[in-house]
Amino acid sequence: MKSLEDLEKKINSELTTKINNTEIKHNQIYIETDKEDMVDVAIFLKTNQDTKFRQLIDITVVDYPEQNQRFQLVYLFLSHEFNQRLIVKYSIAENEVIPSLTSIFPSANWMEREVFDMYGVSFKDHPDLRRILTDYGFEGHPLRKDFPLTGHSEVRYSEEQKKVISEPVKLEQNYRNFDYESPWEGTKYIKEEIQNNDKKN
Amino acid sequence: MTKKIKNLNLNFGPQHPAAHGVLRLILELDGEVVEKADPHIGLLHRGTEKLIENKTYMQAVPYFDRLDYVAPMNQEHAFALAVEKILKIDVPIRAQYIRVIFCEIGRILSHILNVTTQALDVGALTPSLWGFEERETLMTFYERASGSRLHANYFRAGGVHQDLPKGLEEDIAKFCTTFPKIINDLESLLTDNRIFKQRNVDIGVVTKEDALDYSFSGVMIRGSGVPWDLRKSQPYDCYESLDFKIPVGKNGDCYDRYLCRIEEMKESVSIIKQCLAKMEKGPIKSLDGKISPPPKAEIKQSMEALIHHFKLFTEGYRVPKDEIYTAVEAPKGEFGVYLISDGSSKPYKCKIRAPGFSHLQSMDYLIKGHMLADVPAVLGSLDIVFGEVDR
Repeated sequence: MKSLEDLEKKINSELTTKINNTEIKHNQIYIETDKEDMVDVAIFLKTNQDTKFRQLIDITVVDYPEQNQRFQLVYLFLSHEFNQRLIVKYSIAENEVIPSLTSIFPSANWMEREVFDMYGVSFKDHPDLRRILTDYGFEGHPLRKDFPLTGHSEVRYSEEQKKVISEPVKLEQNYRNFDYESPWEGTKYIKEEIQNNDKKN
Repeated sequence: MTKKIKNLNLNFGPQHPAAHGVLRLILELDGEVVEKADPHIGLLHRGTEKLIENKTYMQAVPYFDRLDYVAPMNQEHAFALAVEKILKIDVPIRAQYIRVIFCEIGRILSHILNVTTQALDVGALTPSLWGFEERETLMTFYERASGSRLHANYFRAGGVHQDLPKGLEEDIAKFCTTFPKIINDLESLLTDNRIFKQRNVDIGVVTKEDALDYSFSGVMIRGSGVPWDLRKSQPYDCYESLDFKIPVGKNGDCYDRYLCRIEEMKESVSIIKQCLAKMEKGPIKSLDGKISPPPKAEIKQSMEALIHHFKLFTEGYRVPKDEIYTAVEAPKGEFGVYLISDGSSKPYKCKIRAPGFSHLQSMDYLIKGHMLADVPAVLGSLDIVFGEVDR
């Protein structure tokens, strides 16, 4: 499709119920779908003559711990033919297993392994779902928002045992997170006043 | 009588000079033929994405230097562009030229390293000695502009940190006149070299289709004949106003990728020359005091400048709620940043898309059926740097 607006129309008319929402911003098109429809959407985007999103650029997750559907899966696609970028998203709860795209895009293999490693999201039908970036025998999923920045364990070489051992983190000083929230735009009561004025106008 | 033959499992790395960093490659060999390759990565994982979530936007920039540490500023560029697009700020034209000049210097830095170490992997020592001398000169330019040879921390949302010091433009121009001769010298050692060709021609062939399927970008996809370069197709900063060509390979083997890199260096020199010719005096960062810090002299005079300075270096600037994916053509391929801001002064999520990650993932596909001795050749032409693969 020549323009993003045409593409948006095309996707909405072809996939109808499989698409929950579409939006164009920053010269990219954002699509929301459901877990069950992801494979169909991916096949359509890859094979349709008017879309030709031949490349899966990346897969990632955004963690919103306060929401019921905690993880938002994000798939980035690129079409060389039409020079367009497309982003597909859907949300899942913590222990849901989601379909793998490895059979459609071989490059999804490591990307899904990374998602599994960093967020603990499991994929169905993945040929080789192992940890990828973290150490052998690592526990936890580091990019979850409730995983502390300093981690849980640290490794060192033990002179007594003559091997590398892992033990709980001991810090001389804990990581300090300063709260700089302050009257940059006015203190709290001024903010409220401004908001009230805005509402009146 | 029948004999049972077992395949041999070989551990390549994590400490191996031809592994270009800390790669543990587990190879399954049938005689000398590679049956299967399983790269184990993550030995240089530092949790960059997690750290960025805990830092302000300005503090996040140095982490990008440490990804692909042979071309640091190209990474910073992707992050700066992402933040600028969300903040909707314009970059002064002089800053755009400076950024493009240093991105192209980064491209030359990276390609010199790759071409010469690839030659080293297949047995030629001299190119790396010649090439590294030039890298030294280029890193001096980095140092004069930013203060450090490697981890520059120079690009900012809205421009660059400081203007170029006196005389640097002239010296870069001088380099542009001498460097093409060095490229020719390197080529005279390698391009028609019998051993180099025997080790690279028809090794690690990638077809067009597979290059797309495996999410290849940069030289890896251009070597297979796909004319795709983000500087041309999705131009950023002032690339639109510059005149340059995109070298494309034919066969998709290691040798074509080497040729592409050599040609790209020549194009980079031409881009730098054009930028230097077009550059004029002017501001080098956004004039918005809420985003870029005021000059030191002003802080002594103006109360407002002092407040801006204080706020920028404690809380940092706030970025409105939004999400964006921005990619640049880094020397190794498409380097992207998927940034989610939540209205505070720290990114909510910053996913880094490193080109080397998808390139290395195809190792099994590329090396299957090749000889053990081809492993370093293929690995070399993938242009892997573990800073960005492991993040």
